[in-house]
Amino acid sequence: MLHTVNKSSFERNSLKSCLNTIDNTSVILLIEDGVISAAKNTNSPMIADLAAQGRVYALQGDVEARGISSKLADNIKLVDYAGFVDLVVEHGTTVSWV
Amino acid sequence: MATKKFMYLNRRSSFGTVYAIESLEVVLIAAAFEQDVSLAFIDDGVYQIVEGQNADGIGMKNFSKTFHALGDYDINKLYVSAESLEERGLNVDDLMPLAYEDEDDDWAEKPSIKVVSNAQLSKIMSEQDVCLSF
Repeated sequence: MLHTVNKSSFERNSLKSCLNTIDNTSVILLIEDGVISAAKNTNSPMIADLAAQGRVYALQGDVEARGISSKLADNIKLVDYAGFVDLVVEHGTTVSWV
Repeated sequence: MATKKFMYLNRRSSFGTVYAIESLEVVLIAAAFEQDVSLAFIDDGVYQIVEGQNADGIGMKNFSKTFHALGDYDINKLYVSAESLEERGLNVDDLMPLAYEDEDDDWAEKPSIKVVSNAQLSKIMSEQDVCLSF
């Protein structure tokens, strides 16, 4: 499964809810304000293990818009919109944690 | 017209919601009415003034450049929460170098951004006539 998270983990608990229910093969794509969780900050430990397994992606345009390209946490994979589509195709069911 | 002290609390990042750009609009309106305006950046609001934003990839307007104009409207009190910066792994060097020219000091260019603790911010808020949260 593909889980998309579009809210900042400092403002909403949607990333936490997603992490509570995610299985061992699913991946997370951070989009919109969700990419704030892709920056190196006090919430980074939430996704550090998943990222180390190569299972955390962030949408490049949203990262650049927020000025955090140079501040990403370790092992975050950047994708463009075409990469977003590839993830949807590859992982079947998508959950949007809006 | 009577002048009041207005403080605008910017609590959200720039593009995920409409709050940030709407706040900036209202700030400019207050400045046009020559009010005493201060801005506070707390929580994810600190991302509004991070240096190096590029919104080309999401097809939205990068309005962060407008913050550079605030000095010309005599808006030079921009308070940034130290705690909010630290939580997000940011420091003052990651922020845009916003400045104003001080007419009482031979138009010397001075920084508009002041990093303050939440306790200091609390005191500054208590001195306002109006606080608007966005």
